[in-house]
Amino acid sequence: MATNTVSEKPQHKQRKLIDYFTFNTDHKVIGIQYLVTSFLFYFIGGAFAEVVRTELATPDPDIVSPELYNQLFTLHGTIMIFLWIVPAGAAFANYLIPLMIGAEDMAFPRLNAVAFWMAPPGGVLLLGSFLVGAPQSGWTSYPPLSLMTGKWGEEFWILSLLLLGTSSILGAINFATTILKMRIKDMDLYSMPLFCWAMLATSALILLSTPVLAGALILLSFDLIAGTSFFNPTGGGDPVVYQHLFWFYSHPAVYIMILPFFGVISEVIPVHSRKPIFGYRAIAYSSLAITFLGLIVWAHHMFTSGTPGWLRMFFMATTMLIAVPTGIKIFSWCATMWGGKIELNTPMLFAMGFVSSFLIGGFTRGMISFLPFDIYVHDTYFIVGHFHYVLFGGSALALFSGFYHWYPKMTGKNYHEGLGQLHFILTFIGLNITFMPMHQLGLMGMNRRVALYDVEFQPLNLLSTAGAYVMAVSTIPFIINVIWSLAKGTQAERNPWRALTLEWQTASPPIIENFEEEPILWSGPYDYGVDDEEQEEESVADMLADVSAK
Amino acid sequence: MQSSAIDSQVTIGYEEKAEFHHHGHPDHRMFGLVLFLIAESMIFFGLFSAYMIYYATVPEWPMGDIELELLLPGINSVILISSSFVMHKGQSCIRNNDVKGLQLWFTITAIMGAIFLGGQLYEYAHTGFGLTDNLFTSCFYVLTGFHGLHVTAGLLFILAVLWRSRKEGHYSASKHFGVEASELYWHFVDVIWIILFVLVYLLPLQ
Ligand code: HEM
Ligand SMILES: [Cu+2]
Repeated sequence: MATNTVSEKPQHKQRKLIDYFTFNTDHKVIGIQYLVTSFLFYFIGGAFAEVVRTELATPDPDIVSPELYNQLFTLHGTIMIFLWIVPAGAAFANYLIPLMIGAEDMAFPRLNAVAFWMAPPGGVLLLGSFLVGAPQSGWTSYPPLSLMTGKWGEEFWILSLLLLGTSSILGAINFATTILKMRIKDMDLYSMPLFCWAMLATSALILLSTPVLAGALILLSFDLIAGTSFFNPTGGGDPVVYQHLFWFYSHPAVYIMILPFFGVISEVIPVHSRKPIFGYRAIAYSSLAITFLGLIVWAHHMFTSGTPGWLRMFFMATTMLIAVPTGIKIFSWCATMWGGKIELNTPMLFAMGFVSSFLIGGFTRGMISFLPFDIYVHDTYFIVGHFHYVLFGGSALALFSGFYHWYPKMTGKNYHEGLGQLHFILTFIGLNITFMPMHQLGLMGMNRRVALYDVEFQPLNLLSTAGAYVMAVSTIPFIINVIWSLAKGTQAERNPWRALTLEWQTASPPIIENFEEEPILWSGPYDYGVDDEEQEEESVADMLADVSAK
Repeated sequence: MQSSAIDSQVTIGYEEKAEFHHHGHPDHRMFGLVLFLIAESMIFFGLFSAYMIYYATVPEWPMGDIELELLLPGINSVILISSSFVMHKGQSCIRNNDVKGLQLWFTITAIMGAIFLGGQLYEYAHTGFGLTDNLFTSCFYVLTGFHGLHVTAGLLFILAVLWRSRKEGHYSASKHFGVEASELYWHFVDVIWIILFVLVYLLPLQ
């Protein structure tokens, strides 16, 4: 690609601030745009969660009205998923994929910018729903509830999700095409960084599942506005059909939210352990296995929706099976760290925090995939505890890990290590205090999605609320660090971590169009300290010999 | 400013490449379009699945005493399907650098597409049932309507190609992505129609 594209020399200029507020087709600008936008929404969604937790400090619905409570948790869930984690994944993908494979930009730069510019209106629409009475039916919007709690707020929610979904699909087209078609000559699929594998799997999931959600939302819209009854039992419709369509997207969505961050972790751990990644192919293939299995497990969310017995058995089996590829990844990361020269800096701390919390989320997942147990804890705080370990302890910690890891590359400045570690410690403690007690509450029988609860649940709820405040405090060192380092941080080197992937071969921040000249692939992405015999199966030695022979 | 510079460089890169490889098949845009169509077909997959669940679970299908007229949609189907072949002739022409031939066949395709849409509107006006009458009628209008929107998009795509083909040398034997893309899209819309016709018109007959 690169060879015949530029005949003139690329400009060695840097971006101006204004570029970040315009329709710009540079993948690095778009990556930053995604990242900043998603973090703005993280703070909004986080603020909503703090109000929810404050309300839950007491058993009575006293601080906010029950309606407002419903609106807050609905928007909290929706924002955290569709405006924080998913766009943050797109942020890393946009910024890193072309750099990692030695390309100048994405395959379709203009489409890329279009995709990004659909996200902010989606967010505005969602928040704007407060003007017409925000939706109250949770991030799942199950009918008939969603047809009964305020028409226009719900419609705003639907339109917002359609916009965000389209944005995500257009992004996925770009990621997949770029990864498959734009690698530099010497990079075959098996010498590309694992983050690219992860994004390939994510893109496949987005392309196959997000449109189905769009279909469901179109039908829901008709029910809401035009008076049809696809999902409305009073008109002969079937709410369970919505659930099938919704979960056909929304189970894969949990992998859309975690796979990019699996990719991030696979980059961070080898660099800061100074060891080759353990089981490159196993990690790459397990992403593909997750893509496939992820598409055939959706009805485990519907164990209590009158799903016939044989179907429940099928979905229970596939759900349990998906623990295998996930476990392969966890073991591979641990084996990579094993005996490595681990440097306990902020990215690595977050990565280790990720592995341990995600493991807990994985254990509880193993429990609820077991049908008889799930029937017991369905719709209780056990579920809320479980998915926050996966989403916050998993995706969010890995997101922060990647954020610190690539901060020097993206900004050209070093972050403050002490503040970064303080951020980690507060986050990690806060996270466990907030979400661990929820499991117990769920087992005791506390229902999710209600502002009012029985007095016996109060002590644990207080504990959980205290944890949420710790997490609120944890954002302070984070914000100070980001802003202070941008303004006053020391100049970052090209390759502060002595990492081997291609993005570290160019300046920090990279120049427009990325590389002064086409980068050379002089080693595999993870050949740290390669000289012992164990590496044979990866045939790294062969590869090195190969490269030097040319 | 800078961004558009990058953009045009990327396009130039593509065009040069297309010239190097004579059939222009390492074309990323085509690959991207295929991915897009995979996503599109998943929307229809979702809608058709919903329809099939209703078909399997509602005792009487179509509900009430609704009977679908088959003659007009049948003719319409023949028109739409044959338009795909007509359109392909257009692409064969441009492969031989015959822009006039491309314009001729694409114009005929566009007219056939417009007839299809007109026929669909006529059908809507004469069905004798409304969107909200029952589950079947809702499915009928939403599925055919959603497909109709895609036909409309395809039609606009064809018209855009025709518009651009007026400029000398815009399309040539080695460079006609727009032609190929609109054709692929049209075939896609066609295939969806065949499935839709079987599900919505033929299945309820038994
Ligand atoms: C500051 C940290 C967070 C706190 C204190 C928090 C707190 C809560 C609480 C208490 C609920 C339950 C509300 C209820 O059922 O009545 C909830 C729901 C939820 N949270 Fe969080 N959360 C946090 C971060 C996150 C993150 C990072 C994500 C995802 C990336 C997330 C996604 C969700 C979702 C999807 C729901 C379900 C909403 C629904 O039931 O419709 N949360 N959160
Ligand atoms: Cu699931």
